[in-house]
Amino acid sequence: MIAPDNKEMVNITLNGIEVEVPNGINAVEAAALHGKEVPHYCYHPKLSVAGNCRMCLVEMGTPMRDRTSGEPILDEDGIQKIGWVPKPVIGCATNITPGMHLRTESDLVNECREGIMEFLLVNHPLDCPICDQAGECRLQEFATDYGRGYSRYVERKNVKPKRTRLGPRVTLDDERCILCSRCIRFSQEVAKDDVLGFVDRGSFSTLTCFPGKELANNYSLNTVDICPVGALTSTDFRFKMRVWFLKESKSVCTESSAGCNTLVSSREGAIQRITPRRNDQVNDTWMTDSGRELYKLVKADSRIRRPSFRGSDLPLDDAISQAFQTLKNKKIGVVASCHSSLEEQFLIKRLVEETGAKVYIRGHFGEDDGILLSADRTPNLRGALVAGLTSHYPSDNLNDLNDSISDGHIEALLVIGEDLKESGVNEDNLKKVSLVFLGTHQNSTSDCAEVVLPGLTVFEKSGSLINRSFFLQSFEQSIPCPAGLMTDFKILARLINLFSEDSIAPSELDEIWEALSSCENSVLKGITFLKIKKGAIQLNGSKWEHLSFVEKEALHYLPTGVITS
Amino acid sequence: MSVSTPKERRIILKHADDPNYSNRIGCYLREGGYGNLKKAFSMQPEEVGEEVLKSGVRGRGGAGFPAGMKWKFLDRKSGKPIYLICNADESEPGTFKDRQIMYKDPHQLIEGMMITAFAIGAKQAFIYIRAEFHEGARILERAISEAKKAGFCGNKILDSEYSCDLVVHRGAGAYICGEETGLIESLEGKRPNPRIKPPYFPAVLGLYQCPTIVNNVETLCNVRHIIEMGGEEFSKIGKPNNTGTRIWCVSGQVMKPGYYEFECGSLTLGQLIFDICGGLRPGRSLKAVIPGGSSAKVLRADERFSGTLKDGTEFDWGLEDIPLDFDGPMAAGSMSGSGGIIVMDDTVDIVEAMANVNAFYAHESCGQCTPCREGSLWMRKISQRMCSGGAREEDADLLLSVAKQIEGRTICAFGEAAAWPTQSFVTKFKDDFIRKATDSPKERDPKSLQLI
Repeated sequence: MIAPDNKEMVNITLNGIEVEVPNGINAVEAAALHGKEVPHYCYHPKLSVAGNCRMCLVEMGTPMRDRTSGEPILDEDGIQKIGWVPKPVIGCATNITPGMHLRTESDLVNECREGIMEFLLVNHPLDCPICDQAGECRLQEFATDYGRGYSRYVERKNVKPKRTRLGPRVTLDDERCILCSRCIRFSQEVAKDDVLGFVDRGSFSTLTCFPGKELANNYSLNTVDICPVGALTSTDFRFKMRVWFLKESKSVCTESSAGCNTLVSSREGAIQRITPRRNDQVNDTWMTDSGRELYKLVKADSRIRRPSFRGSDLPLDDAISQAFQTLKNKKIGVVASCHSSLEEQFLIKRLVEETGAKVYIRGHFGEDDGILLSADRTPNLRGALVAGLTSHYPSDNLNDLNDSISDGHIEALLVIGEDLKESGVNEDNLKKVSLVFLGTHQNSTSDCAEVVLPGLTVFEKSGSLINRSFFLQSFEQSIPCPAGLMTDFKILARLINLFSEDSIAPSELDEIWEALSSCENSVLKGITFLKIKKGAIQLNGSKWEHLSFVEKEALHYLPTGVITS
Repeated sequence: MSVSTPKERRIILKHADDPNYSNRIGCYLREGGYGNLKKAFSMQPEEVGEEVLKSGVRGRGGAGFPAGMKWKFLDRKSGKPIYLICNADESEPGTFKDRQIMYKDPHQLIEGMMITAFAIGAKQAFIYIRAEFHEGARILERAISEAKKAGFCGNKILDSEYSCDLVVHRGAGAYICGEETGLIESLEGKRPNPRIKPPYFPAVLGLYQCPTIVNNVETLCNVRHIIEMGGEEFSKIGKPNNTGTRIWCVSGQVMKPGYYEFECGSLTLGQLIFDICGGLRPGRSLKAVIPGGSSAKVLRADERFSGTLKDGTEFDWGLEDIPLDFDGPMAAGSMSGSGGIIVMDDTVDIVEAMANVNAFYAHESCGQCTPCREGSLWMRKISQRMCSGGAREEDADLLLSVAKQIEGRTICAFGEAAAWPTQSFVTKFKDDFIRKATDSPKERDPKSLQLI
């Protein structure tokens, strides 16, 4: 990757105007900083430079100096002459040097772009009406800007395979491929799974998997995202939806503590796909394939859609009252969750303080892939630490809760989403306690709970999460929640209000954040929800440095908590 | 004219047609072979480089870049190993000089390479030979093992502390492997996609991202003779800035096609065609000449070339007056390239000739960058359609426009190689192209030569 060595600012002349840009960045980025788009296909800011599409050709010149003496060569007016490179150069591989001159709008540059556009389209099938990429296709966009408007091509077009299965989730249309090699470089450099390559020569070059290999890694769908045309398509999303109908909302992936920034695309209340959103400090422009599937949980059969008491449905208000009745005047335990948002965790903490309940929390762990699927498979374990629900690192079970029930210290339990049986609480003990379950999906605990309160998935509510690098990030509601339900922290607030007579728990995000940020000695001091919405906030995690977090070194993450650049 | 016709001066091909000379080491040693290697080893490596710089020898692969200068660009500070590669991927249509050297006098190349390796301090040397030279690869491998046995190559050369292994690497049949960065990629075991420059200049980031020198077979052989004569003396052969001899490979419709080695600038194109090569067949007249391999711009027989040379002298040449060196064909708007001179007489259908050239470039484009990949195939399709009865009057301009959209916008020089023939054929023989559309038979004569 051609990366700048430092962030020193230098002056260059862009289309005749002197501007300031960081030294060493490439011409495409430098022009973009000043509102000049240099069209490109193969260049991707997070991949190595290939320079093969030739769309980003620009004119470049440097101040002339005498070869032997090094003295500047001046013109009649005493101004240093500019030595323009006779041929256009590719912007993606041209790194800024002080005093460089660039032309991104000249006749020659436009002529180059028009030429490249024509070439890219001569063997392109032009099947936009049935192409998934239509509407977000770079070919369409730049053809509008630099296309000839009519075709001079009267020969037969090349014919290539239209539907090649590259792997379980990716389908390739070779005719649309412009051979930019982004997918190949992604597989080599980011996914570290080198399975893609070109075969054949010239215009007959064809993208394919190496013999006996398939594009099956957990990052394969990123190749679909970075494909500038409709060649690589998601088998799941293919032919499902026109992208211009999609409503996009900013969210955060809850698969693991990596906290990938995402865009959730939905239409009429139904999520159609999840794609990564660029964040150079967290996930660059990538996310896992498994994280993209999480939206399917919204409509899963096991989803809890209605509140119930002893197996029969009832309105949510009544269910909350029943929950209070079930819990009150007993020795209460609360099983909190690392899947809850920070706001929910804050209210659980409040509830615990109000009722004197004992808190139990468990972690969920798996293999760390060293990229964006971290060993901590919960999105907000650090939130639980910040909210003060626990001061020690959660283990992967609730054995201590089992002991407490056996010893008779717990008579009633409020469980947030967890499956107790799976967490080491034996069935006899489960029968000993009165259970209130607040969660999104059925499990063995919800099945035997006295009161079941339906929770909302991350797509149906707003809130914030703290990722493995202690970045506080917000997610926003993408789709409406099922009728008659309300967001988890409102349920919790009502429950708190029932327990306490003298105070009212905050039940709006702004109010919760007012309380969260007014706390002295808190790492959240001074933060508002609006600020988080504007961009991720780095929290000071030094207070928890002594805990042995399970995450391994990965993209933008070092186990010591230091963020890699 | 024939009075002043110069004689061949064979330096590189001295023993090429000697019936008493074989490609075995015995013959080479008998003729004083490897003596120059010993001479070079008695010098400092820098001194060898200086001699080559002084000789002014220019690369024989096509671009004509001074070899001594190329060596100077080597990045010696990085501490990475330095590699030497001999580009023996001779694939330019019309060129067959390197083949003669390797088949008939391989030890000359090995000696030249070992001197070069010593001069640049190479750790390892390669000969990248094109796939089609099966026999050549075998000859070279045998020659290398002979040289190794005699201590001229490999471990502790001439009992000195310097070692440099030499291996033959066979290509897999692609013209683009002659492009030096494509060659390097291929040698690394990848698709021979040429690299972008900057940043991947071979002298800095070449083979395995280490400093690398890539030289043509003929260039490396010249190194041996430079050491023999001394740079100063060598520079007296030929003309200033066009030193040494050149091997011209004449093909096409002449009576005696073949390879001819002359001092640079010692004869004209006319002398070569009409005196040395025995002229055209009876009753034929000259139509066009491609002076430097198929990628060079074609020259029309009745063209006049005028202008001012680099040294300030004015010139006004007909085709036959063009001096055969580096700068002569360049001044005439073409290039001497790899020295492959293709002669066409008046029986040649110029559109079909161009169609053949276009078919070659469309077939050989690596497909990496857009203009060359799409443009070369488009040009092939247009010119083949023109030859199959579907020519339109606007095709000539379309071809020119497509060629213009390729030229200067590609990763490597292949773009120009594909664009220049079309540009020159169409502009210089526009009438032929228009006539194809207006009065040619609509179907191609099935008895005529098949187009590729």
